[in-house]
Amino acid sequence: MFHILLARIFGAVLVCEKLITNRFELTMKSYLKCLTLALVAGSWQVAVAAEISGKVKLNGTPPPAASMEAKDAMCGGGGTKTYMTRHYVVGADGGLGNVFVYVKEGAAKTAPTADATTVLDQVGCEYTPYVMGVQTGQKFQIRNSDPGLHNVHAMPKPGSGNKEFNLGQPVKGMVTTKSFDNPEILVRFKCDVHPWMFAYVGVVEHPYFAVTDKDGNFKITGLPAGKYTVEAYHLKAGVKTAEITVGAEDKKSADFTLAVPPPAQ
Amino acid sequence: MTQTDNNPWLTRLAVATALATFGLICVGGLVTSHGAGMAVPDWPTTYGEHMFLFPTSKWVGGVFYEHSHRLFASLVGLLTAGLTGWIWARETRGRARWVGLGAIAATLGLMGVRTQGMFVALAVVAVGVIGWSLFQIPRAERPIRWWAAIAFSVVLIQGVLGGLRVTALKDELGIFHGTLAQLFLVLVVAIAVVLSRGWRRAEKLPVYDRAGLRYFFAFTTAMILLQLILGATMRHQHAGLAIPDFPTAYGKWWPDLDADAITRYNASRNEIVGVKPITAAQVGLQMVHRIGAVLILAAVAWTAWVARRQLGGRSALTKFSLVWLGLILAQATLGVLTVLQNKPVDVATAHVAVGALSLVTGAMLTLTAMRLLPKPVREAEPFSGVPQPTAKLPA
Repeated sequence: MFHILLARIFGAVLVCEKLITNRFELTMKSYLKCLTLALVAGSWQVAVAAEISGKVKLNGTPPPAASMEAKDAMCGGGGTKTYMTRHYVVGADGGLGNVFVYVKEGAAKTAPTADATTVLDQVGCEYTPYVMGVQTGQKFQIRNSDPGLHNVHAMPKPGSGNKEFNLGQPVKGMVTTKSFDNPEILVRFKCDVHPWMFAYVGVVEHPYFAVTDKDGNFKITGLPAGKYTVEAYHLKAGVKTAEITVGAEDKKSADFTLAVPPPAQ
Repeated sequence: MTQTDNNPWLTRLAVATALATFGLICVGGLVTSHGAGMAVPDWPTTYGEHMFLFPTSKWVGGVFYEHSHRLFASLVGLLTAGLTGWIWARETRGRARWVGLGAIAATLGLMGVRTQGMFVALAVVAVGVIGWSLFQIPRAERPIRWWAAIAFSVVLIQGVLGGLRVTALKDELGIFHGTLAQLFLVLVVAIAVVLSRGWRRAEKLPVYDRAGLRYFFAFTTAMILLQLILGATMRHQHAGLAIPDFPTAYGKWWPDLDADAITRYNASRNEIVGVKPITAAQVGLQMVHRIGAVLILAAVAWTAWVARRQLGGRSALTKFSLVWLGLILAQATLGVLTVLQNKPVDVATAHVAVGALSLVTGAMLTLTAMRLLPKPVREAEPFSGVPQPTAKLPA
């Protein structure tokens, strides 16, 4: 959004400059007036961007989570700790967590944010968060917050154009910065030292995405006015899409209902 | 291979190398079964440290299996170097002896330069040594030293393949690494057999191989090798169990392989570890592996029956054919249990180990049949319709 603001400021200054040359002597005072006008116009643009919010619900009863015991001194805390799968995180009212909701069509590709504070963390021998999103080209951090070693193995799908990597983080506090150049839903991360550790990162060409919280709620903000196809993607429960048209200030709601797939056999 | 003068300590070293190699295959099986092949992301270092100095406090989780595998492989490499050097020293004289021993020593010394480039360069040289050795074998009166040179070269290449699989992030190298391991085991076991006193003393059986038993052994062993390649391909794609039920596949005798079906299969999985999604090719591969198992069971059973008919029940070849059949039955059982129990680590690894034993047994039966069973001489030997009495191999 910041680059849109700058473009509008610059455009407004050019217009003002032309007006002043034609009608008024170019003075610093008039120039500052135009600049202020451009700033107001730009901030108004940001303030009135649309948002889409909603809830993703799950129909059906998911299979029980599978478990694995860790006897690693770091992970087990000196004893044994049981780790559970996070394929289905379902809230009290059926809301489904860890659904990657994003604008699939209708949004223009934008330059990645320079904000590199998005973090995929390793805490207590688990990835946090389980599902997250980044833009293409956006730098994000992979951090080891555990007092021991992990390896971070990213496994993009063949043909996606994103590069597989496998790096060691043997020391607490180690941070590695990475980015993906191509859109992909979703890139799998795993730790080969601790096999129950895996997570997913969605990569899209714009900033209009969100991950549902544990109760299935999501919010996508900063949307320009337009017509969009929004997709809710869950690794097990499948995908659902919705066509949504938003105006400049609209706050639209879009709910999705996914279902537990039937048994394969 | 021809016989060589018996030295019991040399034979023991060969047997120890063969046993260590089998143990290494088992440890390698554990690595893949635990999904720990990439737990150490660098090579030839280990998390930036010298492999032999990596502190035991960091041998955690998957690192324990992968790092142990690398250390065990180094031991097998050293044993193979010692075996090759000893055989070379016994089989050569003068300049040829010192050139060979010097090459082995130089290789071991250069492996102290712990860089990927040096190891790859040595592997390239090793490929050349294999080619030269294969050229020399038909021309040599006593070719065992060339087989030993091949063994040393193969173990070096195996180490480099394993390392490159990690640094290059290539599943295909893992498949090749797993397959070559089995072939290396066959080679070192064959060397141990040829060096044994029993091999040296064995006499040709007074029975002509009219039924072509040697070809049965060879063909069935080749089928087992193909089955092992299929198995290695399945395991090293790291997608877990492609078909969760047996004897049906997703409830059918032949599973649906269309895109919707594959999506359904992946959605219904409840994987506890970070395996890749399964593909139609992987489902198809497992079906071919199942069919292959049935065919191999039939082929081994038929071969054992032919051996019994041709050689009689007391022949060592017949007895080992029945052992071979027992191994195949055990292997089939382990394969079924791998599916029914959702690929537990111990069962899946045992499946790898018994597969290796099945291949080695078939290869040794083939080797023994070719050595001890004379080919029929049609002009000299009138047909009597009655097989000759069975001779026993020396104990």
